[in-house]
Amino acid sequence: MSPVIPARNYEWSSAAMQFRGYRRPDGRAGIRNHVLVIPSVVCSNRVARGISQQVAGTNWIEHQHGCAQLGLDAELTAHVLVSHGTHPNVYGVVVVGLGCETIRAQDIAERIKDLCPYKPVHLVIIQDEGGSLKAMAAGAAAAQAMLIGASTLERVPIDIAELILGTECGGSDACSGISANPALGITSDMLIDDGGTAILAETSEIIGAEHIVAARTVNEQVAKKCFDAIRRCEALAIGMGVDMRGAQPTPGNIEGGLSSIEEKSLGCIYKAGSRTLQDVIGYAEPINAKGLIWMDTPGQDIEQITGMVAGGCHLIAFTTGRGTCCGSPVAPTIKISTTTQLFEKMNDNIDLNAGTIITGDETVRQVGERIFREIIEIASGKQTKAEVLGFNDFAIKRIGPTM
Amino acid sequence: MSKKLNAIVMKPSDNVCTVLEEIQPPADVTADIGGEIVTVKVIEKISFGHKFALRTIRNGEPIIKYGEVIGLATKEILQGAHVHVHNLESCRGRGDK
Repeated sequence: MSPVIPARNYEWSSAAMQFRGYRRPDGRAGIRNHVLVIPSVVCSNRVARGISQQVAGTNWIEHQHGCAQLGLDAELTAHVLVSHGTHPNVYGVVVVGLGCETIRAQDIAERIKDLCPYKPVHLVIIQDEGGSLKAMAAGAAAAQAMLIGASTLERVPIDIAELILGTECGGSDACSGISANPALGITSDMLIDDGGTAILAETSEIIGAEHIVAARTVNEQVAKKCFDAIRRCEALAIGMGVDMRGAQPTPGNIEGGLSSIEEKSLGCIYKAGSRTLQDVIGYAEPINAKGLIWMDTPGQDIEQITGMVAGGCHLIAFTTGRGTCCGSPVAPTIKISTTTQLFEKMNDNIDLNAGTIITGDETVRQVGERIFREIIEIASGKQTKAEVLGFNDFAIKRIGPTM
Repeated sequence: MSKKLNAIVMKPSDNVCTVLEEIQPPADVTADIGGEIVTVKVIEKISFGHKFALRTIRNGEPIIKYGEVIGLATKEILQGAHVHVHNLESCRGRGDK
């Protein structure tokens, strides 16, 4: 969690398209000021958690990887870990290793330091410290000092054009394509029109709708990338020799009325709005372009969030029909329900209700504008429900076997 | 939008309608298809968010929602019947075929 720095008296107006964020020394904008504890390997999860739990206001991640990985798969895991450390929402990092792992904590710490020389980075290696208790004490002392440093930073006005919004739908139902996704599409268009960036992802949930997305790409090469991404993804399901239904759509999607991946995808792509698709990029690849970008991620919610955040998304707008409670440890994750019933039933976890479109109380446009205003407030420091409840979901896509 | 929707047809070329409240048969459900108001007698229970056939769909015929193919009918689906995984198969990601 970010240190408690009260948001200034921020007043939203259409004339001043700014939020209040943190200006990093390398010029990038952040919307949180986390001290993050990162284990380089599954074996150091417990120590990472212990460090964070001793220092209130820090956050940590846990994962199942970091050892006995090969080639590009090991590199992708390392890249995602490094990218969370270098993320502009992160002030400082404690990297925790066991000491004998494939993805060495020393390398992760060094890469973060190389990319962001201004960030405090502290390395803890359990075998060198003499066990988990001593490692936790060393890490906690470093985290404590970082948190005090972080608390002295002030938010400053930053143009909304610098914001990168990740869009996601999880636990879709038949209302996803009628209420929350079309509304988020309006939000995405508004942000892009103000010079910002929005990310469409979850490639498996574009299967059956790729021709619609490809029809509004900036050029033929990007259109080809759309079809290539879909072909690679669909080939994985075909290669397994099974009907994809059950994995996509999931049993919950089916219960909610979605009969096929095509139906789910056609509802999913509404959240990408109507603007020109500028590029298709790989999982966790740095997001450097403006406008609408498709990141090729799995449809599994947490692997998708993690990839988008590693790419540089500041925050995630997450529509849901069945209901979800998840949240990134680094990027605020705003939950938007497709129905009023869900908003009321899982109110602990859902930030905004798009079900007013179904009940006829608001238009798609009105809800899209409401999500946009909320994004500016969240970017300026207002907490999401997932942040307040301490969610720190994190999962890395694997592209190779564990040996 | 001024009134509550209880059934929605996404595009005029669709042959299915999504219900936004549970429908108990037999019930006449009215939907707006591109400005034309159409009433269909629903012959099966349709849960919230599920679909019924706007007209009889033949075995093997494409099922259209959002103006796009969302799958093929695996048997004849009568007008007003529930359209879902029991009578619609996906055309995509089929490693089993």
